[in-house]
Amino acid sequence: MSAVLGAALGPVQQHYLDEARQMQALSFAVHIPLVCFGVAFPLMVLVAEWLNLRTGDGLYRTLARRWTRIMVALFAIGVITGTILSFELGLLWPNFTATFGNVFGLGFAIEGFSFFMEAIFIGIYVYGWERMPPRWHFVSGIPIVITGFTGSMMVIAVNGWMNHPGGYRMVNGKAVDVHPWKALFGNSFFWHELVHMYIAAFIVAGFCVAATYAFGRLRGNWGRYERTAIAIPLTLAVIAAPAQLLVGDWAAREVATKQPVKLAAIEGLGKTTKSAPEHLLGWYDKKDGKVKYGIEIPYLLSLLSFHNPTATVKGLDSVPPDDRPGPVNVVRFAFQTMVGIGSLLAVLAVFTLWVRWRRRRLPITPWFYRGLVLAGPLSIVALIAGWITTEVGRQPWIVYGVMRTNAAVTGAGGVPVGYGILALVYLGVACAVVWILRRLARAPLDAHADSLPTAPVA
Amino acid sequence: MFLRDLPMLFVLGGLVLYATLAGADFGAGFWQLFAGRGAKGAHVREHAHEAMAPVWEANHVWLIFVLTVFWTSYPTAFGSIASTLAVPLFIAGIGIIFRGAAYALRSATEVPREQRMIDTAFSLASILTPFALGTIAGAIADGRVPVGNAKGDQFTSWLNPVAITIGVLAVVFSSYLAAVFLAADAVRAGDEELARSFRLRALGAGLVAGAVAVVGLIVLHHDVHPLYHELVAGRGLPAVLVSLVFGVGTLALVVVRRFEWSRYTAAVAVAAIVAGWALAQEPRLLPGLTVQQAAAGHDTLVAVVVAVIGGGLLLFPSLALLFSLTLRGHVGHIGPAPEGVAAVPPPHGPLDVLRPASAGLLARAAVACFVVGLGFLTAADAAWAHVIGVLALFAFIAIGFRAALLLPAADEAATSADPPPTP
Repeated sequence: MSAVLGAALGPVQQHYLDEARQMQALSFAVHIPLVCFGVAFPLMVLVAEWLNLRTGDGLYRTLARRWTRIMVALFAIGVITGTILSFELGLLWPNFTATFGNVFGLGFAIEGFSFFMEAIFIGIYVYGWERMPPRWHFVSGIPIVITGFTGSMMVIAVNGWMNHPGGYRMVNGKAVDVHPWKALFGNSFFWHELVHMYIAAFIVAGFCVAATYAFGRLRGNWGRYERTAIAIPLTLAVIAAPAQLLVGDWAAREVATKQPVKLAAIEGLGKTTKSAPEHLLGWYDKKDGKVKYGIEIPYLLSLLSFHNPTATVKGLDSVPPDDRPGPVNVVRFAFQTMVGIGSLLAVLAVFTLWVRWRRRRLPITPWFYRGLVLAGPLSIVALIAGWITTEVGRQPWIVYGVMRTNAAVTGAGGVPVGYGILALVYLGVACAVVWILRRLARAPLDAHADSLPTAPVA
Repeated sequence: MFLRDLPMLFVLGGLVLYATLAGADFGAGFWQLFAGRGAKGAHVREHAHEAMAPVWEANHVWLIFVLTVFWTSYPTAFGSIASTLAVPLFIAGIGIIFRGAAYALRSATEVPREQRMIDTAFSLASILTPFALGTIAGAIADGRVPVGNAKGDQFTSWLNPVAITIGVLAVVFSSYLAAVFLAADAVRAGDEELARSFRLRALGAGLVAGAVAVVGLIVLHHDVHPLYHELVAGRGLPAVLVSLVFGVGTLALVVVRRFEWSRYTAAVAVAAIVAGWALAQEPRLLPGLTVQQAAAGHDTLVAVVVAVIGGGLLLFPSLALLFSLTLRGHVGHIGPAPEGVAAVPPPHGPLDVLRPASAGLLARAAVACFVVGLGFLTAADAAWAHVIGVLALFAFIAIGFRAALLLPAADEAATSADPPPTP
C-alpha cells in the first residue's frame, strides 16, 4: 500500500491540524450519546405503548407519552449535531472527501435516506398521539426502530472502511476502479463495530434513563409509575451489558488480526512479543517501549488475542515510528476505561438479574440505586472512551495505511475560531438539553399526559 | 455520458425540494420575528410553529440528501466548494443548530417570556441560514470557487454583490413561500383572520421577491456576463420565463385566495429558477471543471443511482403518508381531530410476561442463547461461527428482556411494597 501525500486536491498547509481534530472529536462526543437515545429510546417507548395496547392500562400510555416528549427533544438535538458532522466532512477534511467520497460516500447517501424515513415516522408518531387509531399509531413507531439500526449501520460501515479500507485502487492520488458496495459492505471489519455500538446504545440509553428514576427513588419518589418506568430501561440495560462483554472480546480479536498496530497501542506493547503479557493500569514509557508500574498478567494478551498463550503479538515496532499512533497512553487509558466501566456495568447487571431471579423483585438496598445513578453517566464515559480508542488508535491515518490525517485536512484558515464558536454553541446546547429534560421531568404526571408535545398558547 | 449527469439531476431535484419545503420552514421563522406584539402576534407565532413542527425534520433532510449525493458523485467539486466556502457553510451549520435546538426547547417552555426568547433566536437563525446557503449558491454561480483545497478567497468568494443578492433572494423567497403555505394552513384550520394576515404577507413578500430577482439580474449583468447572457438570451431563458409566469400566477392565486393551489405554483417557480441556473451554467460546475470531469467512476455512479431510486421507492410513499396525515388532521394540531380514533382498545387481561411458568421457560431459553453466543462468538474463530454467535446474543437480549421485565401489577397501591429508602 502506498500512502497518498497529495490527494485529489493537492498538498496542504494547516497549522491547526490538532484543533481540527479536536473540533471533530468534540462534535462526535456530543453526537454519539444522542445516537444511543435515537437507537434505543424508540424501542422503550414502543414497549410502553405495546403494554398499554395489551392491557388497556392507562399508566403505560402516560409513560409512553411522557417518554415521547423526551425522545423528540433528543432527536431534534441529534438531527442538528449529526448535520454538523456531515458539514465537517467538507469543512475540516475536504481532501478526504474529495479523494474518497466516491468510495465511502454511498454509505452516507443511504444513511441520508434512512434518516429521512426516521424523521418522517418520528413526525407521524410524535404528532399522531390522540389523532390516529391506537394500533396504527403503534405501527408507525416501528420504522423508527428499524431506521435507527440501518442509519447507524451505514455510518459504521464508513468507519469500518476507514479502519480497513478496500474496494478501490490508488492511481496518482486518485481512487479508481471503485466498487462502493464491496468497499462498504464486503468489509469484514465493520460487523463487530456495528454490533458493539448497537448494543452500547441499549446500555447507554437504558442506564441513563434508569439512572434518573433511581435518583428519584433515593429522594423517595417510588410509586407504581416510577417502578414501571425504571423496569423497562433497566431490564434492557442489564440484559445488554453481559452480552457486550462477549462482543467486546470479539472486537478486540478482530483488531488484533486486522489492525495490529492499534492493538499494540491499546496494550502498550512496544516490541513484538511471543507469549505476550497483559498489563492493567500503569504508564507506557515511549523510550523503553514498555508499560511501567502496571499489573502484569503473563500470557494473557496472547491468549485473549489469538486464543493461544504462546502466540506472537505484533508490537509498535512492527511499523516505522511515523506510522504509530502518537499518544499511546491516551489510547491505552481510553481502552482500559471502557473495559473497566463495561465490566462494572456487567457486575451491576448480573446482580440485578440475580435478585430478579431469586427474589422476583427489584433490589431494595439504596446502594444499588446509588450505583445506578452513577451507571448512567459512566456508560456515556465508556462509550466515548471506546470511540477514542478506535479513532485515536487509528492515527496517524484517516484512512488506515492509505491517507494520513494531515493530508486530509482543510487548507482554510480560522479553524481555531470555528472550534471556539462550536464549543461555545455546544455548551449552550448542553445547557438547553439539561433544562429541557428537567422541565419535562418536573411536569406533573397527569398534566401533560393528554396535551400534545407543544407549549400552551401564550 | 448521461450517467455522469444523472446524479447532478438528483442534486438539483433535492435542491428544489429543499428550497421549497425547508424554504417555507425558514420563512415561518422570518414571520415569527415580524409577527407583531401582543396576543395577535403570539397567535401568528404559534401558528407558524405548529404548522412546521411535524415536518421540519423531514424537510431538513433534503439538505443532507443534496450533500451526500454531491460528495459521492462529484467528490473533487465538493471538497473544493466546502473548503473555499467554509465560512458560509459554517454559519449555515450554526444557524441549523439554533433552529433545531429552538424546536426542542419550545416543547418545554411554560411561560410566554421564554417562548418569546426562543422564537427570537429561532427567527434570527431562520434568516441567517438561508442567507448563508444562498451565498454559497451565488458563489458557485459566480465562478468564485476554484478547484483545490481552499484555493478561493475565504471571504470575497461569497461576500460579493452576486452572492449577497442570491442570499437575500433566498431569505425573501423563503418568507414568500412560508406566507403562502401558512395562509393555506390557516384556511384549513378555519381561521379567517389569520388567513387574511398571511395573505397580505404573501403579497408583500411576493412583490419584494420579484424586485430582488430583477436586482439580481442587473447585478449578474455587471458581474458574470456569460451567465446573465445565458439566462436572458440563451438556454436559461425558457426556465426564466416559466419562473416568471408561475411567480406572477402564484401572486394572482393568492389575490383570489386559492392558497392550496398557490403552494404548487410557487414550488414550480422555485424549480424553474434552479433549472434556469443549471441550464445557464451547464456544462461548467466550477471554473475549469465540467460536471462530466468532476463525476466519480462508473460503479460509484451506478451505486448512487440505485441507492437513490431504491431509497425513493421507500421515501416518497412515506413522505406522501406524512403530508396526507398532516393535511387530514391525523398528525399535528391544526384543525379538529378526526373522530373515533382516540378510543382506547379493550384490555386483553394480564400479560404473559407476568406469568411465572412462561417466564421461567423464557429465562431458560435466554440462558441457552447466551451459552450458544459464548460458544460461537468467543470460543470459535471462524467467521460463520461469529455470525451464529451474534445472532444468538441478539436472541438472548430479546428473550431475556421479555423474561426479566418486572412490571408492578396494576392493583398494587401507589406506594410500593418495597420499603421506602432511608432519607
